[in-house]
Amino acid sequence: MPAELFKALRREPDAGTNVTAPETARPLIDVEGYNFYYGSKQALFGIRMGIPEKQVTALIGPSGCGKSTLLRSFNRMNDLVEGSRHEGNIRLGGRSIFDPALEVISLRRRMGMVFQKSNPFPKSIYENVVYGLRVAGQNDRRTLDAVAERSLKAAALWDEVKDQLGESALKLSGGQMQRLCIARAIANNPEIILMDEPCSALDPVATTKIEELIFELKKDYTIVIVTHNMQQAARVSDWTAFFYLGRLVEFDGTKKIFLSPSQKQTEDYITGRFG
Amino acid sequence: MLARRAKDLRSQEAASVLHIRLADGRAVRIPTGKIIRYYQPNALSAPERLGMAVMNFWRFLSEDPREANTEGGIFPAIFGTFVMTVLMSVLVTPFGVLAAIYLREYAKPGLWLRGVRIAVNNLAGVPSIVFGVFGLGFFVYGVGSFVDRWFFGEALPTPTFGTGGVLWASLTLALMTVPVVIVAAEESLASVPKGTREGSLACGASKWQTIRRVVLPAAAPGIMTGFILAMARGAGEVAPLMLVGVVKYAPTLPLDGIFPFLHPERKFMHLGFHIYDLGFQSPDSEAAKPMVFATTLVLIALVVLLNLAAILVRKNLRRKYAGGTF
Repeated sequence: MPAELFKALRREPDAGTNVTAPETARPLIDVEGYNFYYGSKQALFGIRMGIPEKQVTALIGPSGCGKSTLLRSFNRMNDLVEGSRHEGNIRLGGRSIFDPALEVISLRRRMGMVFQKSNPFPKSIYENVVYGLRVAGQNDRRTLDAVAERSLKAAALWDEVKDQLGESALKLSGGQMQRLCIARAIANNPEIILMDEPCSALDPVATTKIEELIFELKKDYTIVIVTHNMQQAARVSDWTAFFYLGRLVEFDGTKKIFLSPSQKQTEDYITGRFG
Repeated sequence: MLARRAKDLRSQEAASVLHIRLADGRAVRIPTGKIIRYYQPNALSAPERLGMAVMNFWRFLSEDPREANTEGGIFPAIFGTFVMTVLMSVLVTPFGVLAAIYLREYAKPGLWLRGVRIAVNNLAGVPSIVFGVFGLGFFVYGVGSFVDRWFFGEALPTPTFGTGGVLWASLTLALMTVPVVIVAAEESLASVPKGTREGSLACGASKWQTIRRVVLPAAAPGIMTGFILAMARGAGEVAPLMLVGVVKYAPTLPLDGIFPFLHPERKFMHLGFHIYDLGFQSPDSEAAKPMVFATTLVLIALVVLLNLAAILVRKNLRRKYAGGTF
């Protein structure tokens, strides 16, 4: 049953590049026995995984399974949570992200983030896109113009907004706002794009656009996407990690996970028999 | 020399006298120097009367007071109120917003934060006359005499800043209205969605950059609301001003064309105090009644105008960030 489902959902049937096992791909992010606690409540238990470079990795699992927590650990957004702490390590390109010599700001510049609810700033479209450069002290108009155009084109938004760059970003539609947030995330020229359920507040048309965009973006960026929507994970990702109750249950090629998962729990969740 | 000239002028003034015989046969003598203007009411046509009424109202608005404030215009009072209110708003807003940023964004929850909050709320409940006494003691006698000693030593013992003035009055009122601004600004900072802050941080912005570039613009309309409330409260206040700079009659304006244009040490006139002075301090309060009512109307109109201006600014801000949280 999941095989047919998978074939029906997958728009690119010959995704033959995905067959390598996780161990053989060169990981850009290494998660090494990572535990995370909100106060006394443990949210992640000994996570161990490698996120491969220039591929799309989907994190799936039921609500509260810790997938968003892990994603937000990558760019240390969890630092903002009062009373949180962690054990274990996460390495980005071999270097620990918790290294005190590594500034959290420079870490975040290497990782763009797209949130569940699109969160454009109360500024013009243009200023939204170049925000990351502005806060980094880049004010050269020509550079900013070039980055704005490149990012908006990469986010497939340029044609829709090129005549209204000076207008408020809050006037855009929901799908446009989310693509604007993607443009903003890639304006800093990051290595990784973290997406936290980027389509959960969008209609199917806007969702399709974002998914097509993810497919384009993976040529240049490593993408980690958290999603509730398994069809989406099947459509866009090369690798899928299934989380349950703070534990990584299974991590493998998307095709493998959806066609022949090795864990019973994974199969139950994917086929909807979970509960 | 000057005195002789004045005496000369006075005798000239008394030299020519207008003799009038009234309809009932009485004779009246009026020295021409006392005549300000004359007109013949019965000879006026309707449009002329209308013009006369408009002119009278304009004179009321634009002229200086005469005869110990019971006649003439109220321009210095309007202008003084305006300058004091604007100065107060300019002083109170940055202070209130900075305090709100500290309380909302930086202060760690605990005893200290709770204490500051309680203090702010208590400040809002202190009677305004107490602020006046504080302003007199702290700003005028404390800071003012200190400034005098250091910067205006050659003018002593005549005080420059060591006496009531428009700056001390504005500061006193700013202190009185700061809780309003703090509370409004804090609320609007709190209503900026968490996602917006996280978005900024995820772009590699520092906390201060996030506050300055994203949170404050998003909170600007709410902060403007606090500004409006503070202005409305400050513009109508009289009691504390009587202690820190308002006078019955000020020969000079606090803002004029002579360098340095703004004269923060000058005493000034205020509409609220003018009403009190006309209605309760003038020798003939019955005759001053129309002046009292007219002045009251002007004061209310001025407050409404100032508020409207601020509301327009806020509307502009909101349109600029249309779809925002406000």
